[in-house]
Amino acid sequence: AEVEETLKRIEAHRGVVATVVTNAEGIPIRTTVDNSTSVQYAGLFHQLTTKARSAVREIDPQNDLTFLRIRSKKHEIMIAPGTISIKITIELYVL
Amino acid sequence: MEIIYAYTRKRSEFGRPCSFSDWPAKVTLDIPPEPSLADDFILRNPVCSSVQHGSDMSEHEVNTENVTVESRGVNHVEGGWPKDLNPQDVEQTARFRKRVEKDEHFVNTVVHLGPLMEHCVRQNNAIDIYEEYFEEEEVAEAEDEPPSAKTINVIRDPNLTKRTAAHLSWHPNTCKKLAVAYSSLEFQQNMKDMSFDSYIWDLENPSKPELVLKPSSPLVSLEYNPKDSHVLVGGCYNGQMAYWDTRKGGLPVEVSAVELSHRDPVYGTIWLQSKAGTECFSASTDGQVLWWDIRKLSEPTETLILDITRKGLLENALGAVTLEFEPTMPTKFMVGTEQGIVIACNRKAKTPLEKITSTYCSHHGPVYALARNPFYPKNFLTVGDWTARIWSEESKESSVMWTKYHLSYLTDGCWSPVRPAVFFTTRSDGTLDVWDFLFKQKDPSLSLKVCDEPLSSLRLQDNGCVVGCGSKLGTVTLLEISSGLCTLQRNEKNLVNAMFERETKREKILEARHREMRLKERARSEARLAEAESTLEESPQEVLKRARREFFEVIEAERTRAETKHLRGKVQGMGRTGSRHRDFLPWGRGQGSPSAFQVKDRVGEEVAAEGEESQLPKGKEEEEEQEEKDAA
Repeated sequence: AEVEETLKRIEAHRGVVATVVTNAEGIPIRTTVDNSTSVQYAGLFHQLTTKARSAVREIDPQNDLTFLRIRSKKHEIMIAPGTISIKITIELYVL
Repeated sequence: MEIIYAYTRKRSEFGRPCSFSDWPAKVTLDIPPEPSLADDFILRNPVCSSVQHGSDMSEHEVNTENVTVESRGVNHVEGGWPKDLNPQDVEQTARFRKRVEKDEHFVNTVVHLGPLMEHCVRQNNAIDIYEEYFEEEEVAEAEDEPPSAKTINVIRDPNLTKRTAAHLSWHPNTCKKLAVAYSSLEFQQNMKDMSFDSYIWDLENPSKPELVLKPSSPLVSLEYNPKDSHVLVGGCYNGQMAYWDTRKGGLPVEVSAVELSHRDPVYGTIWLQSKAGTECFSASTDGQVLWWDIRKLSEPTETLILDITRKGLLENALGAVTLEFEPTMPTKFMVGTEQGIVIACNRKAKTPLEKITSTYCSHHGPVYALARNPFYPKNFLTVGDWTARIWSEESKESSVMWTKYHLSYLTDGCWSPVRPAVFFTTRSDGTLDVWDFLFKQKDPSLSLKVCDEPLSSLRLQDNGCVVGCGSKLGTVTLLEISSGLCTLQRNEKNLVNAMFERETKREKILEARHREMRLKERARSEARLAEAESTLEESPQEVLKRARREFFEVIEAERTRAETKHLRGKVQGMGRTGSRHRDFLPWGRGQGSPSAFQVKDRVGEEVAAEGEESQLPKGKEEEEEQEEKDAA
C-alpha cells in the first residue's frame, strides 16, 4: 500500500514518462511500460549502476552511490539504486 | 730522462731453450717527486668532464596475424526468473511479483527511495539547469589550416598476380562499400593465373572482400545503380556487359551476347535516368556507344558510331575511352576518345548523323577522364596527356583554363561534389593532386604521394571528404581530405561563376579575333591564288626551277638583311603576318615552295641557312654553293 502510494506520487509529477521497479535479477516488479522494455532497461542499467557504485567507492570507500542521472537528448533517466531493487524513472525534460 | 732496460742475447745463442727462474723484486729505477716541477702547472678548477650514458635500446616490430572479428548482439527478452518459474505463464509471473511486493525488505527500500526520486524529479521540474543563457555565436571560419589529407584505409588485391584497379564505384547510399573492378589494362598481358574476379569491399573489413564478382572476363568498369543499390553493371575486357544483383551472389545475373557487344574493352559504363532505373549505356575503344536495358542484355537497344565525319562508318570511328553523363541533362552526353577529341552528343537527335553535336580537340593523347562540374554543368573537366583542362561548352577552339604540363601522365580526374572550385587528378607517378583554382591557379593546393606505382583511377564519395584511388598493382587507398577542401566556402559559388564567365568571355574574344584574321588572310590569299592559277599547270621541272628561283631570292633577302641588320622576322614579298600566331596559314601555292617557306618559321638566320641547305634535294647542293660563293 505504501509502495503504491510512493509510486503514484512519483508518477503524478509533470514530465515523468515511465517508472520501472526491478529487482536484482532483472525482473521488473512494477512498471508502467511493457515487459520487454522494462527488461531491457533493467539489464542495461543494472550493470551501469554497479559500475558507477564501484567507481564511487573506489575513490572513497566511505562513499556510496545514492542517485544516478543520465541526461540524453530526448529524456533524462533517473536511477535510484537500492540493495535489492532499483527504481528507474524516465522523464522528459522541457527545454 | 729515459728509462731503458736492455736485454741482449748473442746471435749464436738464439734458439736455445729458455730456463726461467724466480728472482726477488729489484728496484730498477726510483724517481723521487720533485715539487719544483709543479710550478709549471696551475690547478684547474673546475674541471668540465662530460659523461654520457645512453641506454642501449633496440627496436623491434611485431605484427600479429589478422584476427577476424565479428560483432553480434544479444537481445534479452525476459529477466532472470527463478528456475522453476515458467516466464510464459502469466499467472506464475504475477504470483511471483505479488510475493516480492509483500516482502518487507522490498517495501522498505521502495519507500526509502521514493522521496529521493521525488526530490530529483521536482528539481527537474523547477529549473532547467542546462538552459543556455547565451546563444552560441556563429563561429567565424578563421581556420587557415593548410590543406592536408590522411590515409584512412588501404585495400589490397588479395590475389598473387596483381591487377590494376581500373574503376571504383561507391555504394550510392551508405558509402561504406566500394566496388572495385580489377583487370590488367596492359595490352595482351593476361597471364594464365590471373583471376577474373572483381570485388566489393566493405570498409569495416578491408582484409576480406564482402562479395566476389565473377565475370567471364575481367571487368574494366563497374558501376552501382544509383537507384537500386543492389544492382551493379560491369563492362568486361572482352566487350561484353554483365549485370549483378548483390542479393543473388557473385555470378552475373545476365551477360550480353558476345556478337552484339563491343569488340574492345568497355571503358565506360554509366547508368541512365529512366523510370525503371534499368537503362545504361557503354562506350569502348571500338568506336561504338551502345545503350542497354539490363532486363534484356541480349542486344543493345541503340547504337551510335563515333565517327566525326558523320558518315557512320566504323572504320573512321574514334575509340572512346571515357563517358560522361549528367543526370540533369538527360539527352546530352559526352565521350572522350583515344585520339584526344571530346565529342558531345545528343541522344534525342533524329538522325544518327545529327547525334554528334560538337567536337573539341582537347589533348594530345587519350582523354582519360571527363567530368562536368556538378554546380556549373556547362563547364567540364578533361584529363589527358600531361595536363588537365577545363572547358566551356561555348568555346570550342580551346579550353578555358588549363594546368601546366606535368612531368608524368595524368590518369584520372574528377570534381569535388561539394565545392565547385575543387577538382582532383591522379598521376602516373603515384601522386594525387587536389586543385583549388580559387586559391591557386598554377599549382595544386595539395599534392600527395599516395604510392610508388601509377594511380589508375579515382573516385570521390558523395560527401566530398573521402577519396579512393586505385593503383596499378590493385591497391586502393582511401584518403580523407581536410575539411577546408570539402566544405563550401563563403561566396564560393559566385566567385567560381564569375571566374568561368570571365574565362569564357576571354576565349570567345580570342576566337572572334582569330576568325577575323583568318578571313583576312583568306581574302588575301584568294587574290594571290588568282595570279597563281596560271602557274598551276606546271610540270615538275618548272616547279623545280621556280623553287630554285624562290630559294635564291630567299637567300639574297637573308643576306641583305644580315648586312644591313634590319628587323628580323619581316621579309618582303612573303606576305606573312607577325611571327607568333596560333594559326599558321597554309600557303596556297604549288608543291615546290613549302620547303623554302618552312624556313621562315625558324628564328635566327644561321639556323635558317642551315635549314635551307638541308632541305634542298641533294643534286642541287653543289650548284647552290657555287652560286653562293659567286654572289658573295
